[in-house]
Amino acid sequence: MDKIVLAFGVPLLMLATLFLVWTFCRSLLPLAKSIDVIGDKFAVLADWLVLLACLVSAGNAIFRYLLTPVMALLKNPDYSVFHGVLGWMSPVIEVYSKNANGFLELQWYMFAALVLFGAAYTMKMNEHVRVDLFYGNVSDRTRHWIDFLGGVVFLFPMCLLLIWFTWPWFMESWTLNEASNNAGGLVRWPVKLMLPIGFFLLLIQGFSEIIKRAAALRGFYVHDHNYEKPLQ
Amino acid sequence: MIDFVRDNLGPMMFGGLVIFLLIGYPAAFSLAAVGLFFGFLGLELGLINYAYMGNLTYQLYSIVSNELLLSIPFFTLMGAILERCGLAEDLLDSIGQLFGRVRGGLSYAVIIVGAILGAITGTVAASVIAMGVISLPVMMRNNYNMRHATGVIAASGTITQLIPPSLVLVVLADVMGKSVGDMYRGAIGPSLVQLFLFMAWVAVLSVVRPHYMPPVAQTDLNLKGRALVLKCLRGIVPSAALIFLVLGTIFMGLATPTEAGAMGAVGAILLAWMYGTLSWKLLYQGMSSTMRLTSMVVLILIGARVFSLVFQGVGGGKWIEHMLTGLPGGQFGFLAFSMIFIFFIAFFLDFFEICFIIIPLLIPAAEKLGIDLIWFGLLICANIQTSFMHPPFGFALFYLRGIAPREVKSSDIYMGSIPWIFLQIILVVMMLLWPGMVSYWLEKPASIPAGEAMEQLRNLGGPGGLGAPGGLSNELAPPKF
Repeated sequence: MDKIVLAFGVPLLMLATLFLVWTFCRSLLPLAKSIDVIGDKFAVLADWLVLLACLVSAGNAIFRYLLTPVMALLKNPDYSVFHGVLGWMSPVIEVYSKNANGFLELQWYMFAALVLFGAAYTMKMNEHVRVDLFYGNVSDRTRHWIDFLGGVVFLFPMCLLLIWFTWPWFMESWTLNEASNNAGGLVRWPVKLMLPIGFFLLLIQGFSEIIKRAAALRGFYVHDHNYEKPLQ
Repeated sequence: MIDFVRDNLGPMMFGGLVIFLLIGYPAAFSLAAVGLFFGFLGLELGLINYAYMGNLTYQLYSIVSNELLLSIPFFTLMGAILERCGLAEDLLDSIGQLFGRVRGGLSYAVIIVGAILGAITGTVAASVIAMGVISLPVMMRNNYNMRHATGVIAASGTITQLIPPSLVLVVLADVMGKSVGDMYRGAIGPSLVQLFLFMAWVAVLSVVRPHYMPPVAQTDLNLKGRALVLKCLRGIVPSAALIFLVLGTIFMGLATPTEAGAMGAVGAILLAWMYGTLSWKLLYQGMSSTMRLTSMVVLILIGARVFSLVFQGVGGGKWIEHMLTGLPGGQFGFLAFSMIFIFFIAFFLDFFEICFIIIPLLIPAAEKLGIDLIWFGLLICANIQTSFMHPPFGFALFYLRGIAPREVKSSDIYMGSIPWIFLQIILVVMMLLWPGMVSYWLEKPASIPAGEAMEQLRNLGGPGGLGAPGGLSNELAPPKF
């Protein structure tokens, strides 16, 4: 029985979504705009995380090699000349060395965040790579149709399922207050929370995209992010 | 009927993948959707169980917590900044004048600068654009043959792919499960041979078709003596510093490839500041395009993992492996097949798609046939490099078209790339017949300085009295690369 519900229910739901969005796309356009704004905000955050992750990672490498000589220098009374100049580094190094693992983990937390927060904006900018053997040779109208149908048939189920898979996992980590195995490491739930958040952002951005595609097909909206293969 | 489906779900899934991808919806989402759809079929047919699908979460987590993938944004950011910081301009101008008196000097200069830029950064766009903007007008002024000029620029831009620290090699290393350091070491030989091939081709042309590359006019050789040397140094010294910062630290075992990439990016920012070209706009544009590229790549990986998890579960992996190991000719047959296959699939698929979708299907067979994965990976890398130069989607040609003056015909750009594609194929064949090209640099004792690094780390917790017990755990210990 369940299987029959599933086999018919899911396609019916998809059809209903397509129909509703197609019918009401004009009145939904403001909603699409506000979703885009949310995506933009997260994208700015993700942009900054690129630079921050870079600085943290470079800092990790540099600190690892600077720590020993500088500390040795500060401990050695023969070089007391330098102590005045370098003394301020001592507490910095103490703090860093206690949290070294935290910093190492921070860099890939940032990576996770920049990827997952940026995915929605990347979709808005139409920069997720496609196989354009067919797509590259068809009219704009056909392209809008592909994105409209693809959003409902491919993207929505994928996002919903992946949220469904990852959310309980985050909840478990949250309730157990799971921490890293490494001393000085970070708590784990933030990075596990990023997965469902990222897919949720993709989901709502996908919703905005299909509204815009439907509106473009019906002539209410001019879509201005043409697909170009990403630069490498 | 049901039995037939159950037995052939793997091949059907593969067919579904091809169809879904061809529709043209973003590959990342199509892949994941195919995976999940067939996952449910597999659950229904009892081929996989629910717990197996639960692995998905761990797979996703392992992607975002992968340190190696972290180097993608770093190398990309580095490239994005170097692209516009003025270093390439200096290099081209000075080396062009240095070689200007030799016949075909401008072509040699382009190849050499392509190699230097390749050894600094890992992105093709940066070198092609820089060289196209600066060298193409000079070559045109001096009546270089148009096809030759555009060809040499496009080809030299793609050298970046094979010369470490190339982003492509990082991703390949991750897919192959090999260390990036070994991958880079293995790439030294082939990239030197490639350089030699390119230069030799120019040399041959300069004898056979001297009118392709007439002598450079005196007006384009305005620097002499001291001024020329200074200008050369101004380009080469910072490049050498960056090469050391990135490649040196990786090869000496001082830093992980990820950290080397990060230091390279910071170095590039400093360099742009020294050149006086650093601005918020430049930096932010770099950050933003880096973010989008990274997100795009990792999303493909996420989609591909969802797909391959289910594909393995329903027995598709076995099916492919069986087919590939059954190819006539054993090892050689497999290699020949996969090289030809990748050469042609590269007409339609992006590098990252090939890397995350196609290559995982080839690896088990390659391992079974006893093929060295580093060699295999480098073959693939050299092979894919052609895809930047051949129609219809040769990126290098696109970039060049984008910046070339109007009087350059598109047909010249396309025709010009043909000899270089053949040179590249020659390189692949040479690598196939002579694996020593790759392994020569691998056999050398690799990790002497890694010991020193470990020594330093041991000191960290020791006499300095730093760090609470356990403050530095094994994650800080010898850089894994």
